Amino acid sequence: MSVLAAEGLTRRFGGVVAVDGVSLAVGAGELHAVIGPNGAGKSTLFHLLSGHLRPDAGRVLFQGRPIDRLRPAARARLGIAITFQTTRLFTGMTVLENAMVGGHTRARHDFTAALLRLPAHRREEAELRQHALAALERVGLAGEAGRPAETLPLGQQRALQVARALCGEPRVLLLDEPAAGLRAAERQALAELLRALRQQGRAMLLVEHDVAFVTALADTVTVLDRGRVIAEGPPAAISGDPGVIAAYLGREAPGHADG
Amino acid sequence: MSAFIDYLLVGIATGCTFALLGTGFVAIHRVTRVVNFAQGAFAVLGGFFAETLLSHGLPHGLAEVLAVVAAGGVGLLCGLVALGWGRVPVMASLVITLGLSIIAEAVTLLIWGGTPISYPGLGGRDLVILGAQLQPQYLLLIVVTVVVLAGLAAWFRWTNLGRALTACASNPYAARLVGIDLNRMGLLAFALGGMLGGLAGVLMTPLIPMTYDGDVQLAINGFAAAICGGLVNPVGALVGGLVLGIGEQMVAGYWQASAETGVALVVLLGLLLWQALRERETMS
Repeated sequence: MSVLAAEGLTRRFGGVVAVDGVSLAVGAGELHAVIGPNGAGKSTLFHLLSGHLRPDAGRVLFQGRPIDRLRPAARARLGIAITFQTTRLFTGMTVLENAMVGGHTRARHDFTAALLRLPAHRREEAELRQHALAALERVGLAGEAGRPAETLPLGQQRALQVARALCGEPRVLLLDEPAAGLRAAERQALAELLRALRQQGRAMLLVEHDVAFVTALADTVTVLDRGRVIAEGPPAAISGDPGVIAAYLGREAPGHADG
Repeated sequence: MSAFIDYLLVGIATGCTFALLGTGFVAIHRVTRVVNFAQGAFAVLGGFFAETLLSHGLPHGLAEVLAVVAAGGVGLLCGLVALGWGRVPVMASLVITLGLSIIAEAVTLLIWGGTPISYPGLGGRDLVILGAQLQPQYLLLIVVTVVVLAGLAAWFRWTNLGRALTACASNPYAARLVGIDLNRMGLLAFALGGMLGGLAGVLMTPLIPMTYDGDVQLAINGFAAAICGGLVNPVGALVGGLVLGIGEQMVAGYWQASAETGVALVVLLGLLLWQALRERETMS
């Protein structure tokens, strides 16, 4: 069974159909990428899956159950973690604290226990800290744990977002253009991290503008154009698809599609 | 000289009550963006609760703690009404808290009447510090404030729930992304604000008798303290509270007591102007 699935998702903005009957599914241990030229509806689809937008038609399923009524926070608690292209970190908190907040929903002991400094709470706090440090280690940020989050360079802020998401032990990770604006080395590190996460059986859906990044990485690629799915399959099959080439070459310069 | 020390110590103590109230403002504002006009009412109710519990024979300590908890309950209730489970715009919430403070005043008058109340504070002989005499209750007020504010700072950093509140204050959007329920956090902030306000009231009532309509003046002073930290920084609220408390005592001591509130208002106005100018600078 797929971890996260879209069924006939449609969303209109005024007269424009931004997403038009899109269906796709991501399974455990699968890295599924959604690509498409500018204005193809990638972002809208992403926000429909995250819960920041409501569909006009269609459903979003998590482990087979419809979750359309759930707000983003509730979806996060179910195990759908999101990282956005623009980093959304907690400024004024350290890198480690940022990661620990990601594990917030896993903690059981709260207000009174914390107030009384019960041993159970202390143990849990220590566990959370260990867990967050492990997540930072995975994304290569263990050395920066004590640093204020906002002082990290962009690539590391992106990585911290992933670490924060991992702290919540998500079933599925939604990544919005994670490679955008990253330098080559940072991009390489990100690709390696995503591969490692896939090996762990994490389901991942990534929306990406950068075709080269995606074809080297993804198991399945869905190509959107003007809100519709025009192709879906393994990267090798997609890159030769005449419809896909036309969609990219027809609207913008080929070099541009790489940015 | 001993008069100066006397004004200074009493100023620090009153500054502590302003700091507690100000921290309540900050705790609520940084999470919900609501300026809670009912903050002064929490202090008034805290004082009245404590007096009632004591007059029913509860021992000192227990009565005060229960009064603080009850004030927290009032804060929670306030949050429920003002935030309406996240469906009320911030400006509307603000006006609702103003309405709630008026209702609280009326209810207090209805239940307890218009006579100022007080109860004995910490007993024992007056302390002599650098030639100035000080009631032990002043010292208690200072010590409790320091301990509570330090504990609160630690709680915000080193507990899961405290961190979640801090995260909401830092970036509500991202907080939602990691699954934090902003509505619950808003209510928690209101409960916390209620407890801080209640604590201020419980500690100051033995020193300055509490009246049903004392909330406005307390709220003005607490708000002025909170503004020092831009309504988001608890340390700023502490500094602001102390400056205000000491300043008011000096004015009252060397000039005239009736000018106290005037000073608070002038300081508040100055701070607001300063904040507005600073904001304009950072924007341009």
